[in-house]
Amino acid sequence: MFNSSLKELSAQLADRKISSVELTGEFLGRVGELNPVLNAFITVDPEASLAQARIADAMIASGRAGPLTGIPVAQKDIFCAKDWLTTCGSKMLSNFVSPYDAHVIERFNAAGAVNLGKTNMDEFAMGSSNETSFFGPVKNPWDIKAVPGGSSGGSAAAVAARMAPAATGTDTGGSIRQPAALCGISGIKPTYGLVSRYGMIAFASSLDQGGPMAKSAEDLAILLNAMAGFDGRDSTSLERQPEDYAKDLERPLAGLRIGIPAEYFAEGLSLDVEKAVQAAISEYQKLGATIVEVSLPNTRLSIPVYYVLAPAEASSNLSRYDGVRYGYRSANYKDLAEMYENSRAEGFGAEVKRRIMVGTYVLSHGYYDAYYMQAQKLRRLIAADFSASFEKCDVIMGPTSPSTAFDLGEKGDDPVQMYLSDIYTIAVNLAGLPGMSIPVGFGDNGRPVGLQIIGNYFSEAKMLNVAHQYQKATDWHSRMPNI
Amino acid sequence: MSISLSDVKRIASLSRIAVSDAEAEATRAQLSGIFSLIEAMQAVDTSGIAPMSHAQEIVLRMRSDTVTETDQHEAFQRGAPQVEAALYLVPKVIE
Repeated sequence: MFNSSLKELSAQLADRKISSVELTGEFLGRVGELNPVLNAFITVDPEASLAQARIADAMIASGRAGPLTGIPVAQKDIFCAKDWLTTCGSKMLSNFVSPYDAHVIERFNAAGAVNLGKTNMDEFAMGSSNETSFFGPVKNPWDIKAVPGGSSGGSAAAVAARMAPAATGTDTGGSIRQPAALCGISGIKPTYGLVSRYGMIAFASSLDQGGPMAKSAEDLAILLNAMAGFDGRDSTSLERQPEDYAKDLERPLAGLRIGIPAEYFAEGLSLDVEKAVQAAISEYQKLGATIVEVSLPNTRLSIPVYYVLAPAEASSNLSRYDGVRYGYRSANYKDLAEMYENSRAEGFGAEVKRRIMVGTYVLSHGYYDAYYMQAQKLRRLIAADFSASFEKCDVIMGPTSPSTAFDLGEKGDDPVQMYLSDIYTIAVNLAGLPGMSIPVGFGDNGRPVGLQIIGNYFSEAKMLNVAHQYQKATDWHSRMPNI
Repeated sequence: MSISLSDVKRIASLSRIAVSDAEAEATRAQLSGIFSLIEAMQAVDTSGIAPMSHAQEIVLRMRSDTVTETDQHEAFQRGAPQVEAALYLVPKVIE
């Protein structure tokens, strides 16, 4: 049951082979068993989950069930869920019980899904290893010495260890795709604007995008159908006709043009990752795809550009944490200024403080043009590279991450080393394009390798089709860690 | 690019984050590393390129000027550090 697809679980619920209360209880049991080792969940509330399961069972009994009714879904702790502790991985929000639901949570509730718990993450989604969480690092289920990736590391580990059939994530610079790759699961970051950011705690608003994480592309399509859609409360939510993201899953791939950017196979890519990715591309050729060379010459600039724009937006977004309206307030202060400064010094972790300071600096008087403006201009060049490439191909493929999961503590205190591991994912966020990662094998150390699939704007259905056809021909996505 | 200790203290103050002298020194080294990484941007000639602030060319939506929210201050203030008579309490700023 723990390795069943969403379709299989839904069929079992529909046939009354199992109730949602029983199914939720099974997964809660597995969470209880594995979480002390993996630390993938920050909050589990069995009573709240089982109450939702009872509602789902009533929906099923009265014939009102949809594809997600009764299915437990783990929610990244960045999504506000009414009456649930919602911490964003930070001491700053370690006592914050949300008074409202995020749009994504509303959608899952309306679909009759069960909130299985809130998953661990890098603090305010700032990190690539889950080591910046106030609640301690998550362990990779394939090797507990390794990081799960980040920032959606708890969600990735939960799905990989089969503690949850599916989970949500958010992706500002790779935070769905990189942990999906490092944990051997599938994840998709949709086109910017497809999934509402309402109630999704803000990091860098022009880049943040929510998306699903699951075992397979078929499951992702079902989840994205629930998550995507217009919401007037997010000023950048796109007004589009609702789309069935599962509609093209079964299309054959004959004639598919896959763009391969040389820049994604250059210096810095581990040999074992390259080998697994090349083998996946060969598999696609067997499925009828053709390979086209494309170029993304500004890839190397995406890291500096991102580490100007994202901290700039973060420094503004995180100014709301002042110890006044919600969140942590220091016990030590003499006046208002000290109350702000001590609350923020004690409430934020080191990486979050670094990024706020970088953002404050690049936006400060006299530096704005040299940093922020220059980065926005380069952002256009980076986006233009992709537009030119999509003239020649349908999807772009390459590695998701330059290496398999690194060891906990391996990148040490040097933030720059950590930032460089985002080299293949960041440009996609800057351009606002959809990107996904699927498992395509293992590295020399037995840790999973992810293939990144980048699509043109609004081509999620095509990308899921491309991923699903590969998963029908291979079994990497159904492999489970021994834990 | 190297950042001075006084730069760090100025940025920290603008960011409303207290830093001790020991923290400022460690932060100085790390921020210098980050700014060296960012410096790579400066080598590119971007004259004539329009800045891109957003992934989609969107126009802010207008809405009618009507009340849509209900009064939920009790729920919203439940998580506040200090509240009295529906007001947030902060240290006195005017003598």
